[in-house]
Amino acid sequence: MKRPFEQAVTEHGTVVLRVCRAVLGVEEADDAWSETFLSALRAWADLPDDADVRGWLITIAHRKAIDVARARSRRAAPVDRLPEQLAPPSDRPDLALPDDALWSALAALPDKQRQCVAYHHVAGLPHTEVAAIVGGTPAAARRACADGIARLRLTYASKEVSSHV
Amino acid sequence: MSDNLIHTLSSLGDSETMSADVARLHDRLVERASATGSLDLGYRVVDSPVGRLLLAATDDGLARLAFESEDHDAVLDSLATRIGSRILRDDKRFDELAHELDDYFTGRRRTFDVPVDLRLAHGFRLEVLRHLRDIPYGHTESYGQVAASTGRATAVRAVGSACATNPVPIVVPCHRVVRSDGSLGGYLGGLAVKRRLLDLESAA
Repeated sequence: MKRPFEQAVTEHGTVVLRVCRAVLGVEEADDAWSETFLSALRAWADLPDDADVRGWLITIAHRKAIDVARARSRRAAPVDRLPEQLAPPSDRPDLALPDDALWSALAALPDKQRQCVAYHHVAGLPHTEVAAIVGGTPAAARRACADGIARLRLTYASKEVSSHV
Repeated sequence: MSDNLIHTLSSLGDSETMSADVARLHDRLVERASATGSLDLGYRVVDSPVGRLLLAATDDGLARLAFESEDHDAVLDSLATRIGSRILRDDKRFDELAHELDDYFTGRRRTFDVPVDLRLAHGFRLEVLRHLRDIPYGHTESYGQVAASTGRATAVRAVGSACATNPVPIVVPCHRVVRSDGSLGGYLGGLAVKRRLLDLESAA
């Protein structure tokens, strides 16, 4: 790629952070973001000029998120801590989000559904690209995404409705 | 309600705190990238009495100083092609040069001490740039004199092009080269800037 790498950070930094948060939770998203952009920077010169930069970054972020999640599961018993980790850390009030319920609803999805929802709805990638990232067919990616959304509607959207009544 | 959910997903997080978080992560990225030698260039834009200046450096030193009139985005694109595209904005770098420039513009400094990387200049042009650094503050030479002192007395036009393509104006003082009749000649940053620099130096 012949363009300055700074442009990739300016144009896609926010969406990659959203995706990392949706997939990993707020606390671990920073590490995945950092690893993603450092690795992208090193490979930048070899990326073809007509490449889809956002899709390429999300592909790297997907792998880095898996690394971060693996490191977490090596560190501690994950199951009962997971929802807590996905909530904003209490010592970072600036990370407190209005849509806590959505974060926990996302966290409760099976991995593949959460990834497909993040890459399609948060990053805006088409199902074919999502399939190339998570593996399997585009139809399976579309289904996982739809299942994920249906489940989010049950958990998050119902809470949202009730909390605004 | 669906579309509420889909919309919320596409804009997760408050946009103001998101951009502050990305800025913080950007700074961390710059630090890690510089520490591991992964950058071709770091750059920063500073204010000056002659407009905003783009400063861009490799690990070896300042490789480009660009006036606002040159279009900083276009300059960065060209640096990406000529030096390398692993380029990040680095607001923590260049403190020393920014300080030297401030001092220069207020008449407290006559020479620049920061390392310069002249990899964008080659051959005769590079030779001319090296010579320019020897023209003292407050003095001028004509294009012909510069040509003569590089041993190619007839290369007056080539001296002109070397000045016109100087990658680090101000720091390498091509503004000190004028026409033999005393008129200004040309300048990358515009003649008003050249006049201003020469006036500044003659007043000090």
